[in-house]
Amino acid sequence: MSDLTRSVGIVKAQIAEFDTPLHLASAAVLPAYQLCFETYGTLNAARSNAILICHALSGHHHVAGRYAADDKAAGWWDNMVGPGKPIDTDRFFVVGLNNLGGCHGSTGPSSINPATGQPWGSSFPVVTVPDWVRSQARLADRLGIDRWAAVIGGSLGGMQALQWSIDYPERVAHALVIASAPKLSAQNIAFNDVARQAILTDPDFHGGDFYAQHAIPRRGLRLARMLGHITYLSDDGMGEKFGRMLKSGDYQFGFEVEFEIESYLRYQGDKFSDYFDANTYLLMTKALDYFDPAKDLNDDLVAALRKASARFMVASFTSDWRFSPERSREIVKALVAADKEVVYGEIESVHGHDAFLMLDEPYVKLMRAYLNRVAEEVNA
Amino acid sequence: MSANQTLRADLQLIADWVAPSSRVLDLGCGDGALLSWLNRHKAVRGYGVDFDVNNVVRCVEAGVNAIQGNLETGLAEFEDQRFDHVVLSQTIQAMHNTEQILVEMLRVGREAIVTFPNFGYWENRWQILQGHMPVSETIPYEWYNTPNIHWCMLGDFEALCAKNGIRVLERVVMNEAKRIHFLPNLRGSLAFYRVARQPG
Repeated sequence: MSDLTRSVGIVKAQIAEFDTPLHLASAAVLPAYQLCFETYGTLNAARSNAILICHALSGHHHVAGRYAADDKAAGWWDNMVGPGKPIDTDRFFVVGLNNLGGCHGSTGPSSINPATGQPWGSSFPVVTVPDWVRSQARLADRLGIDRWAAVIGGSLGGMQALQWSIDYPERVAHALVIASAPKLSAQNIAFNDVARQAILTDPDFHGGDFYAQHAIPRRGLRLARMLGHITYLSDDGMGEKFGRMLKSGDYQFGFEVEFEIESYLRYQGDKFSDYFDANTYLLMTKALDYFDPAKDLNDDLVAALRKASARFMVASFTSDWRFSPERSREIVKALVAADKEVVYGEIESVHGHDAFLMLDEPYVKLMRAYLNRVAEEVNA
Repeated sequence: MSANQTLRADLQLIADWVAPSSRVLDLGCGDGALLSWLNRHKAVRGYGVDFDVNNVVRCVEAGVNAIQGNLETGLAEFEDQRFDHVVLSQTIQAMHNTEQILVEMLRVGREAIVTFPNFGYWENRWQILQGHMPVSETIPYEWYNTPNIHWCMLGDFEALCAKNGIRVLERVVMNEAKRIHFLPNLRGSLAFYRVARQPG
């Protein structure tokens, strides 16, 4: 059995309650909130072997393992996190959490606002990457972790890793920023806005307060997810998997599902609209759009990163056009100019943006080698 | 790699030219042997650059910070004068953009160290006289599979430097790990140059 087939096994989510108000970038204040998280592995006596996994747009705290032996799917990064895997739970204490504003157990728009007894809905404040990082730091305090051996994330998760290194330099030894960007491009924001418009214009959205109407803006969520999915795959990868394959072998001269790619996207969209909260989707895309650690420093990313004391691993994937290698190289360039230690890998892959969740061999080798270095440093 | 492992002779010569605690950029760094040795013995700070992700992985295993990149497209990731030494070891003869990389090296660094197999070495000349392209320890390829596309001799490299306003600070020519002082362009198989921009 290869290392990559081992698992952390049966896991259980935990809740941490916080009643110190959290002041957000928008000037709104969350008086109290809860964060849902999971941990794998054992925190060593020196508390030096902790790793934080930050999730991307649709992720959550369930990073690895299963809740029950017959669960169909394991956690979203189970192929990378576990005993003997690159993020090795035999050596590291790994923490995954659901971000504030999420819909998987942490306080978000679908949670009950204690002040009203109703779901927050449209009144839930917009949260930013720095807001998340501050809430995550409180979770670290709660868990007794002064300094992360590494903060790791892909895509929006990579932005959180970068923000951690800037906002809490003394609390991050290594930041692994994968398939990410120093800020979104206009094109990238444009995709997010089309996804938001799909939700906002769905008649079942009810201005965000659809919970009381017992409605779900399913069509909007579905379209948002379908669009997103297209941008997470590469043209070649999609062609390889679906090509022009037809479900019934020949044209039907109608508008029902005919091509396999249509069937796949609709299935993904339907599945997503069953479990994901529309308001959370809006918040997550806004956090992406707003992320720009250089904004308050005259757009000087080097100045922003100069504050960091972490060492960095940056990785990108050749066929990723949503978070292209050029964007990762901007981060690398700024890190070099800021005199930071950085390793950069540009991984050959056909999997597009989704590649950060896949196991292309050089990616696994790079992760394994880098995290082995981290483990040796912290005596894990 | 063990802490006491010795460097390959040609890399040792380069390492001897690097000042302690300096900033080093090693282009085409391979498995990171040079930087790893320099980190441990001279406390340098720096990065390796390599085209091959497997070499980036080997560098990480050796504790070296490597950045995957293509030297043919220049050194855009690096700002002007970031480094004390920029090293290009036995790679310049395999590059398309030979002149550009030389200029780029002295844009990002104060000094460049360039090494290459000397095409003027007598054994090469002898093989040509016999009617064949040279194949040797320093040139271990046949004409049809060689990555080496821009051959030069000592004088050729020095002329390229002069053309670009680059001055030679030091030159060493070696053959089988021995320094060659007499008739270097004939008796030396490997050339080492330390170069910098002309002042002013």
